Amino acid sequence: MTQFLQLLVAGVSLGAVYALLALGFVVVFKATGVVNFAHPALLMVGVYATARLRGVNHVPFALALLAGVGTAVALALLVQRLLVHPMAANSVIAVSIMTIGVDVVAQTEIARRLGADILPIGDPWQNRVSSVFGLTVPQTRLAALASGLVLIAAFFAWFKLSTVGIAMRAVAEDPETAALMGVRRARVAALAWLLAGALAAVAGLFLTVFPAPGLEPATGAVALRAFPAAILGGLDSTGGAVVGGLVVGLAEALSQGYADQLSFLGSGFHTVMPYAVMVLVLLVRPSGLFGTRELSRV
Amino acid sequence: MSDSLTDVVPVDRPTGSDDRGTDPAGAPEPRRRGPVRARYAVALAGLVVLLALPLYADAFWLQLGLFAFAAAVAALGLSLLLGQAGQLSLGHSFFVAVGAYGYTALAGSSRTVGVSRQAGLALPPAVAAVLAVLLAGLAGLLFSPIAARLRGIYLGIASLGLVFVGQHVLFNAPALTGGFNGRNVPDFTLLGFRFGTSSEETLFVLGVPFGREEKLWYLGVAVTAAAYLCYRNLVRGRPGRALRAVRDREAMAAIMGVPVSRYKGYAFLVSSMYAGLGGVLLALAFGRIVPETFGMALAVEYLAMVVIGGLGSAGGAVLGAVFVSCLPAVLERYAAVLPGLAPAGSAGVSPAVAAKFGYGAAVIVLLLVEPGGAAAAGSRLLAAGRRFGCRVRSRRIPHPSQPAR
Repeated sequence: MTQFLQLLVAGVSLGAVYALLALGFVVVFKATGVVNFAHPALLMVGVYATARLRGVNHVPFALALLAGVGTAVALALLVQRLLVHPMAANSVIAVSIMTIGVDVVAQTEIARRLGADILPIGDPWQNRVSSVFGLTVPQTRLAALASGLVLIAAFFAWFKLSTVGIAMRAVAEDPETAALMGVRRARVAALAWLLAGALAAVAGLFLTVFPAPGLEPATGAVALRAFPAAILGGLDSTGGAVVGGLVVGLAEALSQGYADQLSFLGSGFHTVMPYAVMVLVLLVRPSGLFGTRELSRV
Repeated sequence: MSDSLTDVVPVDRPTGSDDRGTDPAGAPEPRRRGPVRARYAVALAGLVVLLALPLYADAFWLQLGLFAFAAAVAALGLSLLLGQAGQLSLGHSFFVAVGAYGYTALAGSSRTVGVSRQAGLALPPAVAAVLAVLLAGLAGLLFSPIAARLRGIYLGIASLGLVFVGQHVLFNAPALTGGFNGRNVPDFTLLGFRFGTSSEETLFVLGVPFGREEKLWYLGVAVTAAAYLCYRNLVRGRPGRALRAVRDREAMAAIMGVPVSRYKGYAFLVSSMYAGLGGVLLALAFGRIVPETFGMALAVEYLAMVVIGGLGSAGGAVLGAVFVSCLPAVLERYAAVLPGLAPAGSAGVSPAVAAKFGYGAAVIVLLLVEPGGAAAAGSRLLAAGRRFGCRVRSRRIPHPSQPAR
C-alpha cells in the first residue's frame, strides 16, 4: 500500500511536469494550428542554459533558471518570427514538418555540446527526501508537483480571465473573426510560442533533476512523451492536456514501480507505456478524450 | 481551425510546368514526342551508368549505393503516404524494421549464439523476402484502423508511438531479433545464385571480381527500378487520383465516391509494404542488424528524404534518399579535406553531426523557399530553360475546390 501511494505521488508529480509540456504544445496548436515538433528542442536548450550557468559559471539557481527560461523563450520567438511566421500561408503539415527540421538542428547542437557527458543541473534539492504523511518522497518530486500545480493554475486563470487570454481563445475559436475584431493574430501566435518556450524550460528542469541523472541527449526522448499526453487529452483542449499529462505520468510511474510484476512485457516497458495508453485511447476516441470531434463526415 | 487542418499538404501544388499550360478543365494536353524521347534517352543513359558502375567503383561507393537503394525504396513508400495521401507518418522506421527483421528471422536458421537461442525458419531467402514484405504490409494493416480514422497530424504523433513500441519489442525479443547485440542477416539467393562472397569460386565479370557488394548492387538497382515504376503507375492511375482527392479535401473526395477511410488504409498498407521492402534491402546492405538502427532518428531521416526530394514526387524521393543516406559517409570520407570538419572523437563538428545539420537545415530552407522540394526546383529550372515539357510530377487534375478556397 505504501508503495502504491508513493508511486501515486511520483506519478502525479511526473504527470504535472508532462502537463506543463503538453500545455505549451496545445497552446501553440490552438493559436496557430501548428504541431510544434521542436518542443523537445526548446526544453533541451532551456535546461542546457540553466545547467551551464549553474554548473560552470556558478550563478545562483533562481537566476540560472530564469536565464534558462529566457533562452528557451528567445529560441521559441526566433523560430516563430523567422521560420514559422513566413510560412503561415502554407499548410499546417508543411510547417509542422519544418519544426522537425528545427528540432533536428537544435538537438544535434545540444548533443554535440554535451558529448558523452551528463550535465548535472545543480538544483537546490539534490537527492534529499522528505517524509509526507508517512511516505518518503524525493524533494524534487514535491517541488515539481508544487510548481506544476501553481503554473497550471496560473495559466488557466490567465487564459480564462485576462484580455490577452481571451484574445488567444478567440483566435483559437475562429481566426478570421478574431482578426476582424481587432485581435492581432501575429502577436497572439508569438505569445503562444513564448508561453510554450517558458513552460518547456520549467518542465525540462524537473525532467532532469533527481531521480534523473541530469541533462543528456536522451532527455529529448523523455520530453517526447508529452506528445502522447497532449494527443490523448485532445490536441485542441488545454484541460485535456492536463488530464493527458496526469494519465501519462501515472501510467509511466506505476508501470515503472510494478516492473517486477509486469516483467512479461519486457524490461523498460515504462518508457513505452505512454504510447501504449495513447494508442488505446485513440482506438476508442480518434480525437482524444476532450478534443473537438471532426464534424465533416459524409 | 479544424478546417485548416483538413486541407492537407497543398505543399506540392504544382509550381512547375503543370499549372501554367493546362486548361482549367485539366484535360491532359497531348504529349509532344520529342521531349519524351529525350527523357527516355536520359533514363536509358542513367541506367547504363548504374549498371556499369560496379565495374569501376570500389566497395565503399557500392556499399553506400546499397544504403541509398534501401533508403530510396522506403522513401518511395513514405512519399506515397505523405505526398499523395497527405498522411503524416513518423513511424516509417517501424515498418522498415519489420521488413528487415522479418527477412532475417524467416531466412535465418535456428541456432544457439552464446547463451541465447535464435529462432529462424530457414526459408529460401527469396521466399523470405516476399514474406517479409507481406509481413510489413500486415503490420500496416493492423495499424490502419487507427491510421484511417485519424486526421493528418494526429496520425503523425500516433505513429510516433509505433517507433518506440517497435524498438521496445526489438530489444526484448532476443529469440527473434538477437536483442541488443543484433543478428546476422543471411545472404540473399535467387534461383541458386548467391548474392554474397563465396570462398570457393569467385565470379569475374569483364575481369572484375564480383563480391557481395557488386552482386547486391544489381539487386538494388532492379528492386529500386521496379519500386519506382510501380509507384509511378499507381500514382498516375485511378488510385493515385483518389488518394490526392482525399489529401486535398476529404469531404469532396467522399462526395465524388472515394471511400475515404478505405483509401487511407490502402495508402498505409502500400506504404508499409514499400518500407518492408526497403527494410529487406537495408538488412542485406548492413549484413548485421541491431535494434538501435530503427529508432526515431531513422524515421525523421525518411521524412527528411521525402521533404527534400519533394512531396509526392517519385524522382524526388529517390534523390532525397540518396542525399540523406549518403551525406554522413561522404562527409566522413572527405573530412580531412573539407574545411570546418573534425574527425569523429575530437572536438569540433564531426561528419555525423555535420550531416544532421545538413539535412535538418535542408528541410527548413526548402520548406521555406521551395516547398515542392528538389523536384519542384528541378522542374522550375527546366521550365525556365524553355518549358521543356518536363514531367517530374505526375499529372494532376486541378479540382473544383481549389479556386473556391
